[in-house]
Amino acid sequence: MTSIKQLPYEEYFLAGNGSCPGCGLTIGLRNVLKALGKEVYMVVPASCSSVVQSPFPNSSATVPLLNTPFAASAAAASGMVRALKVMGRDSVVMVWAGDGGTFDIGLATVSGAAERNEDLLYICYDNEAYMNTGGHRSSATPLGTFTGTTPTGKRENKKNIPLIMAAHGIPYVATASIAFITDLYDKILKAKDMKGFRYIQIFSPCTPGWLLPTEKSVESAKLAVQTGMYPLFEIENGIFKISAPSKAYLKKEKRKPLTDYFKLQGRFKHLKEEDIKLIEKWVDEISEEYASMDGKKVV
Amino acid sequence: MSIIEEKKGVSNVKVVTANEAVALAVKCAKVDVVGAYPISPQTSIMEYLTKYIETENLSMEIVRVESEHSAMAVAMGAASVGARAFTATASQGLLYMAEMVYWVGGSRLPVVMAITSRAMGAPWILGNEHTDVLLPREWGWMVLFPEHNQEVFDTIIQAYRIADKTLIPVVVGLDGFILSHTTMPISIPDQSVIDSFIPKDVPKPYALNTSNPFTHGNAVHSNVYLEFRYDIFRTIEESEDLVDQVDKEWEKLTGRSYGGVIEEYLLDDAEVAIVVIGASSGDAKQAAKNVREKYGIKAGVIRLRSIRPFPVKRLSQIASKLKAIGVFDRNMSPGLGGMIATEVKFALYDLKDKPIVQSYIGGLGGKDVRIVDFEKIFTELKEIVDGRIGVQRVRWVGLDLAAVDSYFEEV
Ligand SMILES: Cc1ncc(C[n+]2csc(CCOP(=O)(O)OP(=O)(O)O)c2C)c(N)n1
Ligand code: SF4
Ligand SMILES: [Mg+2]
Repeated sequence: MTSIKQLPYEEYFLAGNGSCPGCGLTIGLRNVLKALGKEVYMVVPASCSSVVQSPFPNSSATVPLLNTPFAASAAAASGMVRALKVMGRDSVVMVWAGDGGTFDIGLATVSGAAERNEDLLYICYDNEAYMNTGGHRSSATPLGTFTGTTPTGKRENKKNIPLIMAAHGIPYVATASIAFITDLYDKILKAKDMKGFRYIQIFSPCTPGWLLPTEKSVESAKLAVQTGMYPLFEIENGIFKISAPSKAYLKKEKRKPLTDYFKLQGRFKHLKEEDIKLIEKWVDEISEEYASMDGKKVV
Repeated sequence: MSIIEEKKGVSNVKVVTANEAVALAVKCAKVDVVGAYPISPQTSIMEYLTKYIETENLSMEIVRVESEHSAMAVAMGAASVGARAFTATASQGLLYMAEMVYWVGGSRLPVVMAITSRAMGAPWILGNEHTDVLLPREWGWMVLFPEHNQEVFDTIIQAYRIADKTLIPVVVGLDGFILSHTTMPISIPDQSVIDSFIPKDVPKPYALNTSNPFTHGNAVHSNVYLEFRYDIFRTIEESEDLVDQVDKEWEKLTGRSYGGVIEEYLLDDAEVAIVVIGASSGDAKQAAKNVREKYGIKAGVIRLRSIRPFPVKRLSQIASKLKAIGVFDRNMSPGLGGMIATEVKFALYDLKDKPIVQSYIGGLGGKDVRIVDFEKIFTELKEIVDGRIGVQRVRWVGLDLAAVDSYFEEV
């Protein structure tokens, strides 16, 4: 396992970009690119990342970057991968997409590319809503959450996209978090050297969208793991494995209370007792399910 | 085969549908990546291409995607790193793809797309109509429209030449079913001729690579967007000569050319003419001959081969010698007129001696349009010139409202 001191000093996504202070997506992207290095093509659909990279003629990306319409990135990356193959160029193609572009509008496209097992690395940074439009619900938004289009709290649970991706039979699926950088870094390193469609989903807090104080974004990401709200795992060639940062928290008695996580964020301020019960039930069920899957072939 | 072709040693003749002609042209153009999704009447293009790839060991990659939106995204991704890319669609497929088509236009990527024309629902309809092919003319694409299978093959090759030169993507439209599913012998030039006509090692300032990284398509402020759009406008406007020139150069190599932006038929002494695109042009030409013989009407045909660039220059030269033009549109702009008639009027408005322009709409959804229908258009144009009847906003061809009324009575 890589230690924090071993992370490269090189920066591939430069400072001075357009993100908000405390933005999780840029923490994630910065470290993902450290793991991937220079030989990578980035494909980015409509999202906060289209804005964060900075407008023409500036760009914070020091690797080639193709912007695409919202639903198109997995297909555009497929075309790019095939073209590089015909032209005999050996580089990684990485999609960097939001949860809206992955869970919702782009799902057919992502599923198509996964079913074809295109040789690309698909990364979804999950900030649990459409942040670029000002914070609106996506199917990644957890139950009970306030967004601009769920003013009294979302009625539905978060969609389990990592398991849906795993059901495609692709070689690698993982969840990661910006609070556990070395775990994230190692997952990217591993995925980088694999062939076929690789899916990694990174938990990425959004300070304005979550009504979260700037300095609390890493802390809230850590709590998401410690409360069981966001379990970290890998599914490598069909075998499910809980990742080290989540290991201790599969047991209910070890988990921190959900309210520790909720109280940092304005998006959960209105939650009632019964909402918290429902969310707790969801966390209990998922944690139990994952504990029973640990170490087993699940697809 | 023509004498010129024999002289040039071109001997590979195949009897093919226009869809197979498209697929052969894509193979001969050595396209690197194809985005493929089925829809009638385009589907067999993709069937032929997959067959060539799988049985002839081509190095072409075909990505059998899950939607047209993705088919164009594949072409875009491939072109963005400098590969030669192709896709094809029709009708509903084009509408589903629309967001990507516009994006590729704005991206200035030299993609070529074939559209086998087909009407659009609701209600469900398979028949031929040109509205779909014409839509991308507003989306930053060139739009060319050949008349027959040989010209379809030749135009796909010419399209790559034009796209590589201008960095404007090109649509090649062809009549669904009428061409896509009917056969005709076509002559295929030597591969070396095609390689020299559309070399792949052309400058690609837009192509992404890891040694000189840059960002493609990132947000701009409104201080430059208008200027970017202007450059697309100007490039298409100025490419009227380029389309002519590319067609002439193709003639030098193959003995075949089609008049560049416009094929002129019996126009030298003509008084009235029909503007038409695609496969119906053959019927219009026959009708011009017939009315000359039968009624002594000095009739001619203006076959638009290029809708973008819209051939304003050449059309003005031709039109200033005419008394009346009938524009036959197999499409419509609801409540206004035929789409091409609207553009012809715009193009000719500033002419000093401009002809009368009469819009005709017909053939929507595949309704038959016959030689006699074009003869009738010519005789009406003559009557308009002679002042016996007036111009109407639109004259409809083959409109039979009684047929619909009788159906609703039965119900
Ligand atoms: C077809 C289409 N519909 C809607 C939009 C408007 N839009 C831009 S970004 C976005 C949401 C992006 O959400 P997500 O993928 O989660 O990324 P985030 O903004 O959260 O980083 C939306 C709805 C668009 N660009 N294109
Ligand atoms: S709105 Fe959220 S995701 Fe978007 S840049 Fe700001 S912090 Fe990052
Ligand atoms: Mg989001």
